[in-house]
Amino acid sequence: MKLTGSKILLECLQREGVDQVFGYPGGTVINIYDDLMDSPIKHILTRHEQAAVHAADGYARATGKVGVAIATSGPGATNTITGIATAYMDSIPLVIITGQVPTPLIGNDAFQEADIIGITRPITKHNFLVRDVKDLATIIKKAFYIARTGRPGPVLVDLPKDVQVATTKFEYPESVELRGYKPTYSGNLRMVEKAAAMILAAKKPVIYVGGGASLTDAHAELKQLAEMIQAPVTTTLMGMACFPKRHPLSLGMLGMHGTYYANMAVTNSDLLIALGARFDDRVTGKIATFAPHAKIIHVDIDPTSIKKNVRVDLPIVGDLRDVLTKLLKELGGHAEEVAKSVERLKPWHEEVAAWRRDQPMSYTPSKTEIKPQFVIEKLRELSNDDAIVTTEVGQHQMWAAQFFDFVQPRTFLSSGGLGTMGYGLPSALGAQAAFPKRQVIDISGDGSFQMNSQELATLVQYRLPVKIVILNNNFLGMVRQWQQLFFNKRYSQTCMELPIDFVKLAEAYGATGLRASKPEEVEDVIRKAFATKGPVIMEFKIAREENVLPMVPAGASLNEMVLAS
Amino acid sequence: MRHTISVLVENEFGVLARVAGLFSGRGFNIESLSVAPTLDPSISRMTIVTSGDDRILEQINKQLNKLIDTIKVIDFTDEEHMERELCLVKVTADDGTRAEVLRIADIFRGKVVDVTPKSYTIEVTGAPDKINAIIELLRPMGIKELVRSGPVALGRGPKGWRAGD
Repeated sequence: MKLTGSKILLECLQREGVDQVFGYPGGTVINIYDDLMDSPIKHILTRHEQAAVHAADGYARATGKVGVAIATSGPGATNTITGIATAYMDSIPLVIITGQVPTPLIGNDAFQEADIIGITRPITKHNFLVRDVKDLATIIKKAFYIARTGRPGPVLVDLPKDVQVATTKFEYPESVELRGYKPTYSGNLRMVEKAAAMILAAKKPVIYVGGGASLTDAHAELKQLAEMIQAPVTTTLMGMACFPKRHPLSLGMLGMHGTYYANMAVTNSDLLIALGARFDDRVTGKIATFAPHAKIIHVDIDPTSIKKNVRVDLPIVGDLRDVLTKLLKELGGHAEEVAKSVERLKPWHEEVAAWRRDQPMSYTPSKTEIKPQFVIEKLRELSNDDAIVTTEVGQHQMWAAQFFDFVQPRTFLSSGGLGTMGYGLPSALGAQAAFPKRQVIDISGDGSFQMNSQELATLVQYRLPVKIVILNNNFLGMVRQWQQLFFNKRYSQTCMELPIDFVKLAEAYGATGLRASKPEEVEDVIRKAFATKGPVIMEFKIAREENVLPMVPAGASLNEMVLAS
Repeated sequence: MRHTISVLVENEFGVLARVAGLFSGRGFNIESLSVAPTLDPSISRMTIVTSGDDRILEQINKQLNKLIDTIKVIDFTDEEHMERELCLVKVTADDGTRAEVLRIADIFRGKVVDVTPKSYTIEVTGAPDKINAIIELLRPMGIKELVRSGPVALGRGPKGWRAGD
């Protein structure tokens, strides 16, 4: 039986197990949308294509599945770019379907034409222009395969309108043949043995965990390793929820706004075990003085991550869970040596404990002003362990990372690499669509929130009960903080002078709005919000010039921190 | 340090842009790039001359391999190999220089491929150094125009590379 291109696309999505997509219709995808009415695939209409991609991204991060977004050609396609770049930087598996003008018009500057393949080439793992309906099924199969395997990432498929209308016999290929694409999953055993030997010889080891641990769901193996070798564990923003913060070996986050003790431990370590992390500049600070005494073991599935920023003594290319499993087995065979090496770590643990005592994560509480850190602590206290937290980008994001004790994997969704303001609300929408019964909280600032606040409409329309926290200081707080510290308090364009009534804004969309202006109102607002059925905005009027500390100034060494006290 | 790299890629729409974009996007240098299909028409072979320290070259190698369309990357730097470049050069040839231009072309085993009363166009092939040398010798005669293909390279010895090997 012959099918049209648009029907073939939807058939393919179903074969890939897709039951939820996010998108926005338009002229060149109208055929797909027409067929969508007869398909069991659920579609959520966002209010902007960027939000559709962020929603698919939030869905993917929360579930581990491939997220799917659909947009029309031209402006629809260009609106997806920030969403795609966000997913690319954080290695999130997405398939983005864009409409394109009919093939005979491509290159003619047709109405709503944009060269989205050219535009997204550097921000996708791969992209495809479908020029013949006969290739469509194979391309979709390849797109999903590329998106989810190896180091995951977004793949864009550009689908001209005439290809959607053309018909062909539908056959879904069983397997994919890509001779140039063969990711290495299996870590080299000899390298794993060397790693084990280095671990057994270390006196001051630190485990440094990145987003790879989340992408491979390696939290159980990670915990096992840390406990077996008794090494302190620090995570990046992306690795945040992979190791429970309340664990005695947890050092919290490292880097620019990391804990004092994490940064001191890394700086003084003699062995840094980097697991699915990529030594981003926000993590390393000044490269020349980063972990100066440490040998570095780097496990990553992407060979380009290794030795890109720092020297590496032992590279292991492979899937993190595979490598950790092998490493646990190898160490398990040397139980006596492991016990001896753990014994040797006592002075190291004492050193780390002293840093922890000297400079715990703290802030100055207030009886008159709402401290943002206090709001985050209360949120943790009053929410469920499996609550999913998303953030925008800025001060609130760092406070969330510092003061919300994550206990379960895939519960912290944040734009780590690209740092996209406006990510939190639509990604919360996507996560809530995946898990309608779980608590989903978008921790936001007044600046970031306004970058995609139109998605309140989507939340209300689809009854997605996301709880939105706005830490309102009427500032673009993070930039203001830099201006305070490094630009002599010249607050150029960072004061959001128009005070917005976020309670009324929520009500305008048919959501619930709550506000707290005093510390004693905080708990009540959070309790009320969690007891409310639909989406809620909780606006907290916070201390306006509160800073995110500790802070390693850009370009400084990790141990040169501006401290809270 | 100068490196000559062969990249075997899927002969697909946009693949040149992917490779060129990788170099420009990551700030890698391209001195020359030549590309054409291989014996197997589904594969194109690019020869790229680039430069950088060991760390940059390692990244170039890995980043090229990371492209989905890349089948094989060969860095010839530490390998016995040949490089050949084609150059067409149009030289002023008046009464005073005609004979000298021909002599120089002859020494370099060049061929005259176009003649007018005022010019010769010479075709010469060789390693890039040889091309540089003839250009330097012809320069005083007056070079009107020239085009170089950029080098192509192949490893020495009996072993060859084919898809699936």
